[in-house]
Order: sequence, then C-alpha cells, then structure tokens
Amino acid sequence: MIASVRPRHAVSGSEPASDASPILAIRNLSFSYGAVRIFEELDCEVRQGEFLCVVGPSGVGKTTLLQCLAGLRLPTKGGVVLKGNLVTAPPAELAVVFQDYSRSLMPWLTAEENITLPLRSARLSRAECHQRARKALEEVGLVGVEGKYPWQLSGGMQQRVAIARALAYQPSIIIMDEPFASVDAQTRSDLEDLVLNVRQHLGITIVLVTHDIDEAVYLSDRVLVLSGRPAKVLDIVDVNLGRQRDQIGTKSLPEFAELRSRVYRLIRRKPSHGGVPADDGGER
Amino acid sequence: MTARPTQPAGQSRTRMVGLLWQAWLPLAAAVAIWFWSSGSQSYFFPPLSRVLEETWRIWFAGGGILRDIVPSFVRLITGFALALVLGVALGTILGINRTLEVAMRPVTEALRAIPGAALLPIAMMFLASGETMKLSMIAFISTWPILLNTIEGVRSVDPTLRLVMASFRLSPWYRFRYVFLPAAAPQIMAGARISFAVSVAVMVIVEMFGTPGGMGYFIRHAQQTFQVVPMWTGILMLGLFGYALNVLFRLIERRVLRWHYAMAAHSEGGNQ
Repeated sequence: MIASVRPRHAVSGSEPASDASPILAIRNLSFSYGAVRIFEELDCEVRQGEFLCVVGPSGVGKTTLLQCLAGLRLPTKGGVVLKGNLVTAPPAELAVVFQDYSRSLMPWLTAEENITLPLRSARLSRAECHQRARKALEEVGLVGVEGKYPWQLSGGMQQRVAIARALAYQPSIIIMDEPFASVDAQTRSDLEDLVLNVRQHLGITIVLVTHDIDEAVYLSDRVLVLSGRPAKVLDIVDVNLGRQRDQIGTKSLPEFAELRSRVYRLIRRKPSHGGVPADDGGER
Repeated sequence: MTARPTQPAGQSRTRMVGLLWQAWLPLAAAVAIWFWSSGSQSYFFPPLSRVLEETWRIWFAGGGILRDIVPSFVRLITGFALALVLGVALGTILGINRTLEVAMRPVTEALRAIPGAALLPIAMMFLASGETMKLSMIAFISTWPILLNTIEGVRSVDPTLRLVMASFRLSPWYRFRYVFLPAAAPQIMAGARISFAVSVAVMVIVEMFGTPGGMGYFIRHAQQTFQVVPMWTGILMLGLFGYALNVLFRLIERRVLRWHYAMAAHSEGGNQ
C-alpha cells in the first residue's frame, strides 16, 4: 500500500477529523545530561485531535522527551510550544498518564479522591469535582469503585483510574508514558481499545510513548520513530488505517503488516529493500 | 458457612487470651510484692497494702488526679503537640529541600546530640522555672525524633508521585496535606512514638525542678519531706499514667494509619 507510506509532511487525506493546525509543536528539541547527549534536534508537530505514538528502542530517551513535553523537565536546547505558548512549567491544558499505576496513584486516597485531588487543588466546587469524577469513571468503564482504594483494584483497573484522573482534569492533550507496559496481554489490548474509544468519543489529542511497535501502529494516526545515540527523528510514519480499529481485523490487514515492518526496519536501521519504499534517507 | 456467626465470639476470645497473656506478669509481680512487703518494717519500703491505701486516699478520694495529674497531662500534650507541629513542619521543609537539609545537618546533628537534661540549667536561667520553661523543654527535646523521621519519610516519597504532583499542578498546601504528609505518616508516627516517651520523661524532670505542680513535683516534694509512702503512690500513679498514655497513643496511631494497615493486610492476604 503506497498510500500508507507517503512523505511524512503530507497532510493525510483520510483523516478528515484531524484539524491541520498544530496544538503542540516540538522545535529543535535537544536534551543532554552533562556531556551525554540523549536526543538532538527533534522536530514534530502534533495536530489537534491527533493520536501520535513515539516509538523507539529502550534507552532512547522517550521518557525524557515526554517529560520535556509535559513541562516536567527543561530541554537543553530548543523548545515545546503548546497552543502558541512556550512550555516552561507543567501547563494546565495537559495531563500525564504514567507507566507505573501502582506508583502514580496515592494509596491513601480512594479512586474518587485520587481523581479529584488535582481538581480540588484547583479550587473547583465539591459538586463539580464529584460530577467530573463520575463522568470520567464512566468513560473508562469503572462505575462503582469510587470508594475503593487503588490497592483493592486490579492492575488494569488502577490504570483506568489513572486515565480517568487525566480525563477529569479536562486537558486538551494527554501524554501517556508506556501506559500499558505493566499489565497482562489481555488487559493491555482492552486498555488500548479503551483509549481509542475515549479519544474517538472526546476528540482529545493524545501523545503516547511506547517501545511496542504493534501498539504504536495499532493506536496512532502517525508514528514518530526515534533511534540512535543521540536519538534523532528517523521518520514520522503516517498510519492510514482509518479511525475504526479492532484488535483482530486491523492487525491482520496487509497495510498493518507493512507499516509494522517499516517501523521495525527504521528502528533496526536496516537498509530497507523489497516491497516497502524507503523515504528515511531524506533531507533530515 | 456455619463458622461465620461464631467469628466475633472467637475474635473476642483470642483478644481475652491476649490480654491475659499481657497481664499475668504485672499481676504476678504485684502479688509477689504484696506478700514480700506485707511484714515490712523498713521506712523506705512500706507494705504494698499501705501504698495502695494511700494511693486511694491521695489520688482518688483526695482529688490528686485533678490537682496534679490533669495539669501534668495538659502540659505533656501541649509540649508534645508543639514538638509534633515543629518537627513535621521543619522536617517537611528539610525533606523536600535537599540542599537546605545538607546545609543544616551540622546544626541539627549537634543540637540533637546534646542530652536533653543538660539543657535544664540553661532553660531555667533564661526562661525561669514556670510554664514557659517546662513547655519549651518538652517541645525542644521531643522535636528531634519527629524531625529526623519526617525528613526521612518525606525524602522517600516516590519520584513518580513527585512528577504527578508537578504535572497536575497541585498547590503547595495540597502537596503537603495529601501527598507528603500521608506518605511520610508511617515514619512520622514511628518518630512520634519515641518522642512521646521522651516527652513523658522530660515532663517529670522539669516538674521536679520547676515551680510547684504536677506529678514530678509531687514525687520530689514527697521525697524531700520524708513522706515516703506518698512518694511511692506518685511513682505508682506515674506508671499507670504512662501505660494509659501508651494505649491512647496506639489507638490514635491505628486511626491515623488506617489505610497503611489495611493495605499491608491486603497485600499479605493476596500472597496466600
């Protein structure tokens, strides 16, 4: 499928729901720990309503990149622009879902208290907090666990609470750091579909970091491929698999297999040959 | 299924057994002392029966509880509360701010190394022997265990939680009240337990040397005026007082750390 591997800057025709204006812009972003350069000169624009996955081998600085996007860390060079404002501290319009739910939820607070803590801190009324928590829990398919403590819930349910916390915050963009890395395979695909549904339903912009290529292709509109030391953007691959995805149908499409192997080759830095045209040797 | 209704009865039975197991040694000791001292002619070791009679006369019938134990209790709780507030507040600040903590470490280490009783003459010189001196001594000496444990507890807050707090823009008060304080609570309580015992000891000492009033003063005054039996009653009451306080402390600890104990019980159950 040639259409699925068009040059990365082309506006994707099959995604009419995606507004072309960038909500988040990564400009010439570089980060180093002292003399150790983690990534360099990253450039990417995330469009309104888009689902972007950042994929790369472990140790490539994905989490560091995410922390720069979320304003939790300042880059060494370059910057991140969210809705026209340079990010220098965690912005109110952005929420983060962390990898390890057992450490990102507070064990001394119930599910509802965990969800409403940021809202109460922002001085929202008690009624509004309760309302938002209820809606967010409904959205992630968890009704009736409001009064349960995180450690009384399964891993998958805990991560749903963490996602609900991000949703209740009502951000315009959610950043997720390997959110499904600590759950079993079945729960993982359930959560993948949950996030796709939520995104479809609320039209929220999502940037998700993962090392799992299948997951990245399955979830996203575009995949940003990061590799090397220091890491650079190898390519931004358009994933034209449509908005409706399902675990069996989508993953058995030939286009899915092609995209998957293309991303895989990029990461392995193997010269591509055969059926998949390469465009990773371009002007970067 | 049939075992279920009998569960509470079974629980109360094990609790009874536990209480008896705790009580047998003090009871046996009391009985032994009773018989051993019954014929005592010694001025310094009066028979236990006389001590008990006097205890009833002085402390219960004579209003000693209101006159001396209540003021001691209020003094202790006030001093300890000051230490708790001071220790937790300073400990949180130093626990969050690593640089400040390192800079302050020589001072904190030096101050806490001074034996509390050594400060008594200085405290009496600057603060006289009244309530200010007593409360300051209790608070100052009891602050250290709480302070050091709070620093440790706050410092051990999970880095992920720090990122959560930052990314959801929690206000400083919310960070303290809903993250740092509960996260450090188990360690703070461990420090508070030590501090509480220290507070009782300091309370007795400052009362012995300070202005009249309180159990410490009663005991020392009785000893200095050769009222040996009243002196023993004071020591007996002090022992009961300390024991009651310990029970009270444990109840409060259970309440404050309810989530902590429940979580521990839960994960133990999950491992079976």
